Amino acid sequence: MKNYRTKIISNQEISPGYYRMRILAPGFSETAHSGQFVMFRVQRSLPPLLRRPFGIFRTGSLPADCDGLPPKEFVEIVYKVVGRGTTIMAELHEGDKVELLGPLGNGFDAPSCDGERILVGGGIGLVPLYMLAGELVEKGCNVRLLMGGRTRDDIFAVTEFERLGVETYVSTDDGSLGEEGVVTKVLERKLQKFPKAEVFACGPMPMLCAVRDICVANKTPLQVSLEESMACGVGACLGCVVKGAGHTEERPSYLCTCKVGPVFKAQYLDWNALAQSHGCGGCE
Amino acid sequence: MSETTRTTVKKPSMAVEIAGIKLRNPVMPASGTFGYGEEYAPFLDLEKIGAIVTKGLSLKPKAGNPTPRIAETISGMLNAIGLQNVGIEAFIQHKMPFLRTLNTPVIANFFGNTLEEYGEVAKRLNDIPEIAAGELNISCPNVKRGGIVFGTDPKAASEVVALVRKQLQKPLIVKLTPNVTDITVVARAVEEAGADAISCINTITGMSVDIHTRKPRIANRTGGLSGPAIRPIAVRMVHQVVQTVSVPVIGIGGISRPMDALEFLIVGAKAVQVGTANFVDPSVIQTIIDGIEEFCIDEGIEDIHELIGSLKL
Repeated sequence: MKNYRTKIISNQEISPGYYRMRILAPGFSETAHSGQFVMFRVQRSLPPLLRRPFGIFRTGSLPADCDGLPPKEFVEIVYKVVGRGTTIMAELHEGDKVELLGPLGNGFDAPSCDGERILVGGGIGLVPLYMLAGELVEKGCNVRLLMGGRTRDDIFAVTEFERLGVETYVSTDDGSLGEEGVVTKVLERKLQKFPKAEVFACGPMPMLCAVRDICVANKTPLQVSLEESMACGVGACLGCVVKGAGHTEERPSYLCTCKVGPVFKAQYLDWNALAQSHGCGGCE
Repeated sequence: MSETTRTTVKKPSMAVEIAGIKLRNPVMPASGTFGYGEEYAPFLDLEKIGAIVTKGLSLKPKAGNPTPRIAETISGMLNAIGLQNVGIEAFIQHKMPFLRTLNTPVIANFFGNTLEEYGEVAKRLNDIPEIAAGELNISCPNVKRGGIVFGTDPKAASEVVALVRKQLQKPLIVKLTPNVTDITVVARAVEEAGADAISCINTITGMSVDIHTRKPRIANRTGGLSGPAIRPIAVRMVHQVVQTVSVPVIGIGGISRPMDALEFLIVGAKAVQVGTANFVDPSVIQTIIDGIEEFCIDEGIEDIHELIGSLKL
C-alpha cells in the first residue's frame, strides 16, 4: 500500500459512459490482489474534496522501449461517469498528474479449484471480476461470467474476459444485448446445472441481494464485493461500515468496507441492513 | 563550491509546549481522522509529527451511528460517525502496544455518556503512563448523550471539566464546539474549571438532502461539517478564544495546507490539528510541517514562537 503521485498513461471511453484509465504505478502489481481497490484523487485543487474509491480492473506492464528503461508498470481502473468527480476524471488526458492510494482492502479468497466458478457482475460491478477471472483460470478452474446490465452500454470488456478463457453470458434488462432479463435468472439456471459451483458477485445492491438469496437457497458459497461511500480508505474515518451478521443494538458489529472488505463472504454480512441502507427492500 | 561560500540555512526551532507537553513541532492530527495512529504509519513517519491524537475513547466500546454516515459537500464533508470506538480497555490492550513504541506524545481523546463515565475514563487514563494528556470531548454533535450536551451549556461544561480535572492526573485539553452563540463564554467556563489547554473547533452542525430521494444524505439527519469550507469560521473562533483565555489554544478547522496552519498560529494558536485533510492525503501532516518550516526560513523566523500570536490589528 502506497500513495502514488503519478500520471495517466491513457484514459478512454470503452462503452458509452464507461471509461478505462491506465495509470503509471511502479511496484503496484506485486502487491495487488483481485478484489482490491484504490482511492483516486481527482485533482489537486478543490472541489471535489475527497478521493473516490475504484475497483482495480487489472495491473500489468508496458514492455521496455528503446530508451532501455525498465518496463512501465501500470494499474487500470474502469469507472462510470455518475457525478462531479467522475465527470472531471473523464476529461483527464495522458500525462496528467494524479494521486492514487493503493492497493487497499481485502480481495477475493479463491484458494483452490474443485468445481465450477461462477462470476456475476452487474454494470460497473464487472470491474473487480477481471483479475479474479484471470487468477481462477490460471488455477485451472472452469470460469463462467454472467454479465448483466440495464442496456448494452453497461456491458464492457467482453472480449478481454473471453481472451482469458472465460465463458461469458450476457443479459440486459431491455434485451439490447444478449438475453432479455435480469442476470440472476441466468444464475439460477447455471446453478441447476452446476450445483457444486462457487459464486463471486459484484454489482448494485438489488442484484447482490437476489444473488445472495439464490445462493442461500442452493447452499452455494458466495463472496461479494461491496461498494460504500468512504472518505479515507484506510480504516480511519469509519464512514464505510456495514453491519455484520448477528449485529444487534447490544452487541453491535460494524465492519469497515475499506479494511475488512470490500470483499466479504456473504454469510458474514447482515443482508437486511445492507438492503435497507441501499433503499432496495429486505433480503429473505 | 568552496566551504566559505556555502550558505547554511538555519532550521527554525519548531518546538512548542502545551500544558507541559513538549511537542517537536506544532502539528498533530485531529481526533477521529487518524484512527489510533497505526493506520497512518505506512504514509508518514509518526516520530516526526507533533503528537498523535486518538479516536475518541469511551468506557465501553461504542457502535456508532447507522449508515450512511458521511456525505461530501462543497469543499467539505458531513459526518455522523457517532463516536464508534473500541472502548478504553481494548484500546489499552490492542492499540497501546504500538503507540507505546513511538517517541511521540500520545493524546487520548475521550468522552462519556454521563458525567460519571467521563470521570471513569479519565481515571483509567491515569493507568497508562505513555499517555501524555487527555483531550476531553464535550463537543461531538452526533450523539444523543454526552458530547455536545456538555459543550453548549457553560454550566454543564464547567461541571464536567471540574470533575475530570479532579480525576485525571495528566494535562487536560478541552475540545470545544462551535455550535454556540458565543464560544468565549464556554471557553472562559472551562478555563475557570481547570482546563490546561483548549482545542477548537469541533465540527459545525450541518445537513444535506438528496433531492431525488428527498432524504437526508446521512442517516443521522444532521452531521458535523468539516474540511476547508469551515476554516474561516474556525480561524475567527480561535482568534476569539485566544483573546479570552490565558491557557494555550490548539487551532482546528479545515487545515489542509501549510498556509492554513500558519493562519491559526498567527492568530495565536500554539499548535494545530489537521482533520479531514488526512483522508484526502494521508501524508498531509508532514507536508504541512515542512511547509511551515520553509515559511519560517523564507521569512527569517528562527523560532516558531515569533509567529504565534503575531497577528497585527
